[in-house]
Amino acid sequence: MTFLLNNFVELTVTGLVLGAVYGLVALGYTLVYGVLQLINFAHSEVWMFGSFAAVWVTVAIGAGPDSGIAVAIGVLLLALLAAMVVSGAVALLIERVAYRRLIRLDAPKLVTLISAIGASFALAEIMGLRDRLAEALGLRDELNSYVRSARDNTRFLNPLETHGVFNIGRYTVSNVDIIIIVSALVMMVALDQFIRRTHTGRGIRAVAQDSEAAALMGVNRNRIIRATFLVGGVMAGAAALLYLMRFGVTRWNAGFLLGVKAFTAAVLGGIGNVRGALLGGFVLGLAENYGSALVGSEWRDVVAFLLLVVILLFRPSGLLGESLGRARA
Amino acid sequence: MTLLEVDGLCVNYGRIEAIRDVTFAVEEGAVVTLIGANGAGKTTTLKTLSGLRKVRAGAVRFQGKDITAMPAHLRVPLGISQSPEGRRIFPGMSVLENLDMGAFSRADRVKTRSADLERVFTLFPRLEERREQLAGTMSGGEQQMLAMGRALMSRPKLILLDEPSMGLAPKLIQQIFSIINDIREQGTTILLVEQNAMQALRIADRAYILETGEIVREGTGDDLVADDSVRAAYLGGDV
Ligand SMILES: Nc1ncnc2c1ncn2[C@@H]1O[C@H](COP(=O)(O)OP(=O)(O)O)[C@@H](O)[C@H]1O
Ligand SMILES: [Mg+2]
Repeated sequence: MTFLLNNFVELTVTGLVLGAVYGLVALGYTLVYGVLQLINFAHSEVWMFGSFAAVWVTVAIGAGPDSGIAVAIGVLLLALLAAMVVSGAVALLIERVAYRRLIRLDAPKLVTLISAIGASFALAEIMGLRDRLAEALGLRDELNSYVRSARDNTRFLNPLETHGVFNIGRYTVSNVDIIIIVSALVMMVALDQFIRRTHTGRGIRAVAQDSEAAALMGVNRNRIIRATFLVGGVMAGAAALLYLMRFGVTRWNAGFLLGVKAFTAAVLGGIGNVRGALLGGFVLGLAENYGSALVGSEWRDVVAFLLLVVILLFRPSGLLGESLGRARA
Repeated sequence: MTLLEVDGLCVNYGRIEAIRDVTFAVEEGAVVTLIGANGAGKTTTLKTLSGLRKVRAGAVRFQGKDITAMPAHLRVPLGISQSPEGRRIFPGMSVLENLDMGAFSRADRVKTRSADLERVFTLFPRLEERREQLAGTMSGGEQQMLAMGRALMSRPKLILLDEPSMGLAPKLIQQIFSIINDIREQGTTILLVEQNAMQALRIADRAYILETGEIVREGTGDDLVADDSVRAAYLGGDV
């Protein structure tokens, strides 16, 4: 208890940082759920591929923390772009390979879920075995040696030097803390406006509320489904870079736990609800930090999932309830 | 000119035949009605015309063009729109947002928005008063008006109306039928599905009676109103 009180500010700030990442990944679950009423189990791998894209870009450029602010910003933006593009592409690939045919055949939800689980394992294993894959593809020479050396490149080379910006009590809030929390909020607002104001966004809301009625309006459901996967993927890519700025390292199987946590955040906030995803992320991040300060950090995941159980017992539709379509200003 | 031709249409739900060998035509500018008891296959017919149900056999032609296998979203820009059974408005959108959804597939929707809204609000002044209201919180009658207004926003050549009077008070039903007449006078062709047979036959140029998935009678609206067997079966005897 005294530990919690003494470190309250630090636990709060780092909890919000963690929550921002959960929230951005949760968006992908919530968007796809809103439109298809399906859990995209493979979304965790969308994030994982984005994290590797960000690592490879920073390692390839090789600009360390002493390279100056202009270079740092440039490299970070490039890594962000790479992560978003790769994550978006992997999300579209999942839609194409694991979903499209099953959706067209109107397959039972369980079948589609299993297909997504399969896609998730396949993608994680492909990343884990990427050096052997390169060998099998006959990329023996330059590319293979690059991939070989890249096998151990899971560490993000942060071009930005972490430094304190201001103090709250005994904790010094760093520039990285601020960048992560602010970026997540900006992405959320942008997504919210996208869904509310753009033509495609309205199509997404219409399909989420009543997909047959949407078809009667001339909405092409398949196009909307693709847009939904793409937007969720891009958000996961952004989350991947922010995660690396804080935690610095990724793994081929890092998606699983993060994915489960982000999914938990989505359910906490009310699955299908865009604003609920961010709220759920923050609540989960804070609860994990406070909880592990109270009962020990080895209980972190227990705290997270107990919180989920308790909230669902009292509010089965999550904190903000309501679906993607119904959620309004 | 014939706007819509339906030729030997068969639609199944699994192994159950919902409609069988349904053939009818809709002339441009006309009001055509499809009446029949609950479960006769009226809604299935309209859903199939909008492309929401797969055709097992038969053909649908619109302006002479075969659209039997055309996906639903491409039929709206072609000129077919629908106010579906049960209204199916978007409950989490405002009245205005719902109307905008009606114009979703129009490339020039931004340019024509104010004129289109004006037209809908003239037909349904109630919607203008409620433009910011969340559609899901409106009364049944208002939701019906919204569903019809939304269907008009795509500037259809043919509008399909599935039981627009369902569940409404008698006074509101009168109002809805008078608006249907206004829509016809503005030059939109109407295919009207109703269980409220008397009203529908009175307004219709041509009528078809559907019974367990098949068309059993057809004629002008006036013919069928005057027909004793029709009166006995669908109009509750003396009307
Ligand atoms: N989704 C469905 N699944 C299975 N059978 C259906 C479905 N919809 C309608 N039917 C059946 O098809 C027949 C025609 O229904 P419908 O077109 O809704 O009739 P109506 O609109 O004239 O009341 C009925 O026997 C009904 O039970
Ligand atoms: Mg019906």
